[in-house]
Amino acid sequence: MSTISSAPNLTPTPTITERAHLEAVDVCAWFGSTLVLDGVNLTAELGTVTSLIGPSGCGKSTFLRILNRMHESIPGAQMAGEVRLDGVDIYGAGERVTSVRKKIGMVFQKPNPFPAMSIADNVTSGLALTRTKTSRAEREELVETSLTRAGLWREVKDRLDQPSSALSGGQQQRLCIARALCVQPEVLLMDEPCSALDPTSTRRVEETILELRDQVTIIIVTHNMQQARRVSQRAAFFLAEQGAPGGIVEQGVTEQLFTSPVDERTANYVNGEFG
Amino acid sequence: MTTTTPRPTPTPRRVRQYTADDWWSLATSVVASLALVTLVYEHVLDLSGTLGFLVCWFATFLLLYAAVLSFANERHVVTDRVVAAALYAAAAVVVGALSSTVIYTFAKGWPALSHVNFYVQDMSGVSPTAPLSQGGILHAIIGTVIEVALATVIAIPLGIATAVYLSEVGGALSRVVRTVIEAMTALPEILAGLFVYVVLIVYVGLPKSGLAVSVAMAVTMVPIIARAGEVALRVVPSGLREASQALGATQWMTVRKVVLPSARSGLATATILAVARGVGETAIVLITSGASSFINWNPAQNPMNSLPLFIYTGYQTHENLAITRAFGAASVLLAMVLVLFVLTRWLSRERSGR
Amino acid sequence: MSMSGVGAPAPRSLSREPRLLSAGHERSDRIFRALSTTTGAVVLLVTGGIGVFLGLQSIPTLRHYGLSFFTTAAWQPELDHIGIAAVLVGTLEVALVAMVVSVPFALMLALFITEYAPKRLKSWLVSAVDLMAAVPSIIYGLWGFFLLQPQAIKLSRWLSQHFGWFPLFHVSTDPNAAVWQQSQYTSSAFIAGLAVSMMAIPLACAVMRAVFDQVPRGEREAAMALGGTRFGVARTVVFPFARGGIIGGSMLALGRALGETAAVLIIISPAYEIKIRILEAGTQTISALIAANFGNATASQLSALMTAGFVLFLITLVVNTVAASIIRRSRSGAGTDI
Repeated sequence: MSTISSAPNLTPTPTITERAHLEAVDVCAWFGSTLVLDGVNLTAELGTVTSLIGPSGCGKSTFLRILNRMHESIPGAQMAGEVRLDGVDIYGAGERVTSVRKKIGMVFQKPNPFPAMSIADNVTSGLALTRTKTSRAEREELVETSLTRAGLWREVKDRLDQPSSALSGGQQQRLCIARALCVQPEVLLMDEPCSALDPTSTRRVEETILELRDQVTIIIVTHNMQQARRVSQRAAFFLAEQGAPGGIVEQGVTEQLFTSPVDERTANYVNGEFG
Repeated sequence: MTTTTPRPTPTPRRVRQYTADDWWSLATSVVASLALVTLVYEHVLDLSGTLGFLVCWFATFLLLYAAVLSFANERHVVTDRVVAAALYAAAAVVVGALSSTVIYTFAKGWPALSHVNFYVQDMSGVSPTAPLSQGGILHAIIGTVIEVALATVIAIPLGIATAVYLSEVGGALSRVVRTVIEAMTALPEILAGLFVYVVLIVYVGLPKSGLAVSVAMAVTMVPIIARAGEVALRVVPSGLREASQALGATQWMTVRKVVLPSARSGLATATILAVARGVGETAIVLITSGASSFINWNPAQNPMNSLPLFIYTGYQTHENLAITRAFGAASVLLAMVLVLFVLTRWLSRERSGR
Repeated sequence: MSMSGVGAPAPRSLSREPRLLSAGHERSDRIFRALSTTTGAVVLLVTGGIGVFLGLQSIPTLRHYGLSFFTTAAWQPELDHIGIAAVLVGTLEVALVAMVVSVPFALMLALFITEYAPKRLKSWLVSAVDLMAAVPSIIYGLWGFFLLQPQAIKLSRWLSQHFGWFPLFHVSTDPNAAVWQQSQYTSSAFIAGLAVSMMAIPLACAVMRAVFDQVPRGEREAAMALGGTRFGVARTVVFPFARGGIIGGSMLALGRALGETAAVLIIISPAYEIKIRILEAGTQTISALIAANFGNATASQLSALMTAGFVLFLITLVVNTVAASIIRRSRSGAGTDI
């Protein structure tokens, strides 16, 4: 897992590096008038998995939702800073929120397939939502490739017409991953994708993440530190101290963050002393 | 971040759902469609009328807007924007209809409303065609207040006791009661009026009176209070009931001291909703009470006028002055409903604020 | 407890039979439960009694007229020639017009409020719709007669000019006459239906809005995260979820429209003929028939009116019960209070 050649960069300067794919610069977030996230800088490089770890309520999920403009769908939510995809600010005046979300997909904590649709329809629902015209053959091929990429094809290939509710929780989550992959996003955001799953399904989803690594940039929020070590090459540790907004305490190569953290609080957290 | 230098306080960024391009598309479509319709409407299409003009303008606008948007946008974005424009228009039409109702009523009633005697006199000895400086609707206001008050006094205990029965006691019968009450909230009011008319007035031999009105009104109010009240009681967390019973309280004491007080504002809202409906109940007063022209304080005897009845009889005369008085009475009725409405808003705000 | 009073205790272990756990109500509780149950029963008797009463009262009429009561259009009690065919058709026509107008508007309004409206406008609109439901029907009647009608007859005329070949929109006068006969277009089922729709819209809208609000956040966000627009979200997530609420809410509004009295009474001019020309002056509905004729009715006429009322009762009962069960059975209706 040592594909990362660059040295651990603990305090990245907000510049566009060549390898930067998705880059958050000085991101702040508010709910109402409460500042919940202050000055977060993060760079996700092409073809890597970045994990965001930290105790509950430190703003990881909020940060993740800012990365594909889901944050603004909550009433009273505000943000500041920039999020650049290939150097272009996704919050810029000319950017359409729907096309941003199409390029930056998301998988949620709880599996949320569309219950009224069949398995196949769920996979292609992103195309229907964006009214992308496709032929039947194209669609069938997309269903197969997306489900294969999400590691679900073999399990469901004989029952694509069944409702998605017939699947187990882990399968539903992988269906949601397939659904997100079907619109060919450049980045995939995952918000604690395994927290509602049993260990077997969790392992299956983790394998899926590892297989996807070369094809799409992944940012994953997780509570499970072992999972962060298993799937990610880079990691960022979020913390919100009493009464203060959350932010990144330390970030860098995952192994390094876990074995020789620089900050004392990171050390305490990864050694299980709190959180 | 553990930076030691104090950061400047961050300020939120304005996040836009609409791009500048969207606004330009909107503006150009509005102007262009207006220009086009103005040119074509009367000359080419040979149509007339303001309403028709607005409809044609809007239809043209939608077409142009869709066309302009589709230059630079994907199809699903165009659909979304056009739907948004149509929805804004639909909301404007409905709100326009509602405000025209309110404004028109007050405007038409104003000549009557501007006379003080309108509020402090009755119509006894005043002909419907008498000038507006004579006579008033005090008898109708008093009638409405008495009838609604009496109906509320009958309906509240029955309604709330039924709500308590449905939510706290239950039993085999409760499903039947709930089903029937659910069906009866939608009972056409005229049928409640007809029922009371035949039973109390034709069979029992009561005179057409305020009392008959109140009974019929109560029949329509009880299901409303019972149903909305049951909902309010069910919202009370069952933990509260268990806590009270774990302290050794009887069920009755639990209901009286814990459940009912917790649901107070919900029950009050339910009652006011029912009162607001009772105030405007026209079909019932039409059937079960006569339109007197004088103040009658006794609901048990003699006809008792009320605002809806006064409005209807005034309308029926087809005399301009009587119709103006009817609109004056309608304004007073509307004002009463508005006050009750604001009261429910205020109560439910207090509830949600807690 | 008084267990020890039964001679020598048996040497076996406690019985494995389940013990009867009586709730052991105190006296005050028994009174409380009895009282509230009685109230429930009384309310059931009175409200449910209306239906039974109307049913019983219609027996003499149905005996006297038989099936012809349903097929006769005229209402001429002095000639003993009575039937509800015309008023039934009129009732359905007014309700139909009200539905055609109110369902799309209620749906659009509900969609606008939950999906599109900015936050401030949203709470404003919710209040406006609630207020709309609170305005007394007689005021909508006045509004419909004095303000709406002079405008609406132009639409009536336009419809009959261009779609007069369609029986519903035909008017028995020359729509193209230089001086058009306005009185042929007033007081019609169409205009009454427009006024009634003002009462139906808030009712249907409130149910639809309540159901739209219950769409699970997860599904909504999933659609958004895939790049769905607001309308895309509505199409793929909201509508499938809320189908039951949309149908049920519309049917509740239909129940209201069928029984509406005051506004209809003010607007229409009574006509006892089976008439499908909804734009033409004159029609009659069951509720307006009762309101207009109960006063000088003899005992047998009263029975006839109650029979008409009973028919109205049955129709609204069926409509409302079906509506309630559709809402309850739909995935969205579980927690909805309608």
